[in-house]
Amino acid sequence: MYEGPVQDLIDELGRLPGVGPKSAQRIAFHLLAAETEDVTRLQDALQSVKEGVVFCDVCGNVSEQQRCRICLDSRREPKLVCVVEEPKDVLAIERTREFRGRYHVLGGALDPLSGVGPDQLRVRELVNRIGTDEVTEVIIATDPNTEGEATATYLVRLLQDFPGLSVTRLASGLPMGGDLEFADEMTLGRALSGRRTA
Amino acid sequence: MSLYRDTAVVLRVQKLGEADRIVTLLSRRHGKIRGVAKGVRRTSSRFGARVEPFCHVDVQLHSGRTLDVITQVQTLDAFGAGIVGDYQRYTTACAVLETLDRLAAEEGEPVLRLYLLGVGALRALADGQRDASLVLDAFVLRAMSYAGWAPALEECARCAAPGPHGAFSVPVGGAVCEECRPAGAVRPVAGTFSLLEALLHGDWSVAETTNTRVRRESSGLVAAHLQWHLERRLRSLPLVQRDVSRPPVPDAIRARAAAAGEVDDSGMSAAGHWNHD
Ligand SMILES: [Zn+2]
Ligand SMILES: [Zn+2]
Repeated sequence: MYEGPVQDLIDELGRLPGVGPKSAQRIAFHLLAAETEDVTRLQDALQSVKEGVVFCDVCGNVSEQQRCRICLDSRREPKLVCVVEEPKDVLAIERTREFRGRYHVLGGALDPLSGVGPDQLRVRELVNRIGTDEVTEVIIATDPNTEGEATATYLVRLLQDFPGLSVTRLASGLPMGGDLEFADEMTLGRALSGRRTA
Repeated sequence: MSLYRDTAVVLRVQKLGEADRIVTLLSRRHGKIRGVAKGVRRTSSRFGARVEPFCHVDVQLHSGRTLDVITQVQTLDAFGAGIVGDYQRYTTACAVLETLDRLAAEEGEPVLRLYLLGVGALRALADGQRDASLVLDAFVLRAMSYAGWAPALEECARCAAPGPHGAFSVPVGGAVCEECRPAGAVRPVAGTFSLLEALLHGDWSVAETTNTRVRRESSGLVAAHLQWHLERRLRSLPLVQRDVSRPPVPDAIRARAAAAGEVDDSGMSAAGHWNHD
């Protein structure tokens, strides 16, 4: 245990996902030794993420404005929508440079054990979007784990008879049990281009 | 006991750090175990798929100071494959896992019968032969009976007067006679008590001849009875989809389908298979 503010910082950092007690300590001492400007920049970034970031009205991705960059970009194919669980999955797919359509961020996966059903996700928004926009293809790109699979099969069943809509899923090659964000770009890119009809 | 091996059902997984998971298992000989599975969230891990909810595994663990570490896993039954492909079976199987987790309160305390009931219920749900809702209700009744909380179905729960009785009271503990019947007791439709009885004793030939109304009534009583005995509400229970119909079709789909001329006046598709509330 350290004294006062240092220990407070270590405790706060240790609460972040992916940061164990050792990393928290390392980051805390790094910040202690860093230049004041560097710390101020981090401080500003932390503050503006809570104050300045909103969720895109259309796709639910994190955004600076009511509509995100991708939804505003006229070069992106509006007929093609890729459904993902989290904003970080949008980034993972963008990195592949394989996908020229738009996104729909559900905000998680169907997980009854955590009390998450369709009403807790942006499922209704997806359906409304398909009903009103000229969406002709939906690619379901949920995580290759149990909750992601269950979410994908639920969505397929919900959307499969939607007139004039084709529903596809990422091709296998993504082993079960993993997180989409950890897939390397090659695997994820191949999964996207080789997607199959759901 | 530094290294030990057991068979177990994966009840729950939680993320830990960068790529690890904490896995809650219900095992045959060691009861509930919480173990760490390292590196499983990386999609390169072949280990990962075996420590997902619903998996029935042969597992080896190394006991640690706070959490045990999973060192080897072999799949006995990949129940998840048969479960995640159907939303009703998925939500139902989640309720089975949560009930197991809550009834096996203490880590390390052997709960062989509960483990066997859980494996049986997951197997039935993965096979998909039996009605999922009946499987859940049968499992809950038997698991409650294991915990010493079986509802009274024949004798009055308060005065033990021989039945059959017409009312059911969750707080009193099951069937109640006319004298003992408290305010708030319900009068289930005819056939409900015999369905509950059949489910408790695994008499599927009787259970499967019942109609939807009786099944709904008995599911309601089973769920209420279970909740009454658990301190916190089960999160998955309200999310269980009870019927086999497809998820409700939101208005937007119907509007677009109507525009495409595929929906008749009743709001059903021509094939008649869209369910909506
Ligand atoms: Zn957007
Ligand atoms: Zn009585």
